[in-house]
Amino acid sequence: MSRAATAALRDPLRGLSTWWTMLKICLEERLVYRGDFALGTLMRFLPIVTQVFLWTAVFSATSRSDIAGYSRNDIVAYYLLTMLTRAFSSMPGLAGGIARSVRDGSVKKFLIQPVDYVSFLLAARVAHKLVYYAVAVVPFGLVFFLCRSYFPPVPDATTIAAFLLSLVLSFLLGFFMEATLGMLGFWFMEVSSIVFGYMLVQYLLSGHMFPIDLLRTVPVGSGGVSLADVVHWLPFEYTAYFPSAVWLGKVRGPELLGSLAIEAAWVVAMAIACRIAWRRGTRRYAAFGG
Amino acid sequence: MNRYLSIFGTFARACLVRDMTFRANFILECVTSLGWMSMNLAFYLLVFTYTPEIGKGSGWSKAPFFAFVATGLIINAIVQAFFMPSAEELTEMVRTGGLDAVLVQPLDAQFLLSLHRVDFSSLANGLVGVGLLAWALGRMDHTPPAITWLLYPLLLLCGVAILYGLVIMLAAATILMGRNQSLYDFWFYLTNFSRYPAEIYAGPWGGPLRTVCTFVIPILLVVNVPARVIAQPLTGEAWGAVAAAVIAAIASLIASRLVFQRALARYRSASS
Repeated sequence: MSRAATAALRDPLRGLSTWWTMLKICLEERLVYRGDFALGTLMRFLPIVTQVFLWTAVFSATSRSDIAGYSRNDIVAYYLLTMLTRAFSSMPGLAGGIARSVRDGSVKKFLIQPVDYVSFLLAARVAHKLVYYAVAVVPFGLVFFLCRSYFPPVPDATTIAAFLLSLVLSFLLGFFMEATLGMLGFWFMEVSSIVFGYMLVQYLLSGHMFPIDLLRTVPVGSGGVSLADVVHWLPFEYTAYFPSAVWLGKVRGPELLGSLAIEAAWVVAMAIACRIAWRRGTRRYAAFGG
Repeated sequence: MNRYLSIFGTFARACLVRDMTFRANFILECVTSLGWMSMNLAFYLLVFTYTPEIGKGSGWSKAPFFAFVATGLIINAIVQAFFMPSAEELTEMVRTGGLDAVLVQPLDAQFLLSLHRVDFSSLANGLVGVGLLAWALGRMDHTPPAITWLLYPLLLLCGVAILYGLVIMLAAATILMGRNQSLYDFWFYLTNFSRYPAEIYAGPWGGPLRTVCTFVIPILLVVNVPARVIAQPLTGEAWGAVAAAVIAAIASLIASRLVFQRALARYRSASS
């Protein structure tokens, strides 16, 4: 644990006040770009329009009433919900920013200041997300209202609670996964190609592209195990598919609890990995000049 | 014309030399770009395990649909390789004043700004597109008539011309607005509409959207017309679409030229 993190533990109030100051600075910084945020958010719904038409065409050509347990309305609602879950779990620029701070040496200030770098990044990301939600609530609200007929009735309180918990966990999971990737900058300097590879796998296996349930028909080996079963144990589906599937009632009861446990375990694992990478990375880090 | 061809040859050679200097990076770029494409192809294959065609009675069953996808890959690879890298640079050139240096060159500014950088790694997807097209043609119910082989390359060029016009108009918007990152995002979202057969845009919302994307911003003609010519039997309606694509390509080139010239006339230097 870094010196700053140890100090924060000794004096929790001081630690909290530092954290609050970091959050305030980042909030003010982020609010400068609110217009860009709103426009960008609305535009991000455009690809969903083509997905809605594509799936409508697919359903019109098949005699099935559902595909992998999803009706046409479910599929549309699913894509809209993944937009919401990705708003929590996606961390644009995080890994690249960490690697850049290692490359250009700006990370060294966190080695001498009583501020923990990972906590600072987390505060900055919370601020980024808070501003994003404050601005994005309008376009999101508009699109969800216009598309309300695609959604099933509002689920019970337990499902909503599980959904909210899965969203918070997906934020933390997304943060620690990308931060760990960024820490690889201590070893590789440039991580853009690693991040690109990660994004590729993430896009396919997170459920951003299609519901993971579609992979239940894709066998892996000969033991009756499907690709969806394998993906279930990986962290990716918890950043898009899982929260959406919870809201739509596709994951219930013991399966829901088990999946939440897997998601929480991945958050802890990635947080530890991030800390280890930071500690080992700063040990081998060398900075020159002023 | 010869002078411009020779200058473009020099640009292309310089970019190829640069790419080959950083060979590992070049290969990595090809691999990542092929990775994205393979992922999309895997998605389409998955979709076809659940349905015989995209849109009831549309004729876009598996083989014709993959011919459609291949056509899109070829057209986009050409645009991504020859026009997009230069257009992307323009955003920063306007903001930093780098555009001034281009304007004082004894060459046409539009030529210089839209063709000075070539990204050869983008052509990898196009090559796969050609292979995919051959695969799809071998699995189709009908053999395309001889005239198709004349029409198809011409319509590919029309598709490229329409997209080029769009890129240039977005570049012109960059000049007018000083800096404009969102409009390049808009490019990605807009071209997204051309990724699927026009038949999927049906119903009370799809119909008007199809009309707008065909006649106002002719993005639906880019891939749909050449793909239809090669993947489906040539009917009277197809000939109408061919004429529409040719007219749209010419109109797109003329409109983009006019808009770009207007934008340049209003450009105020940013450098000191």
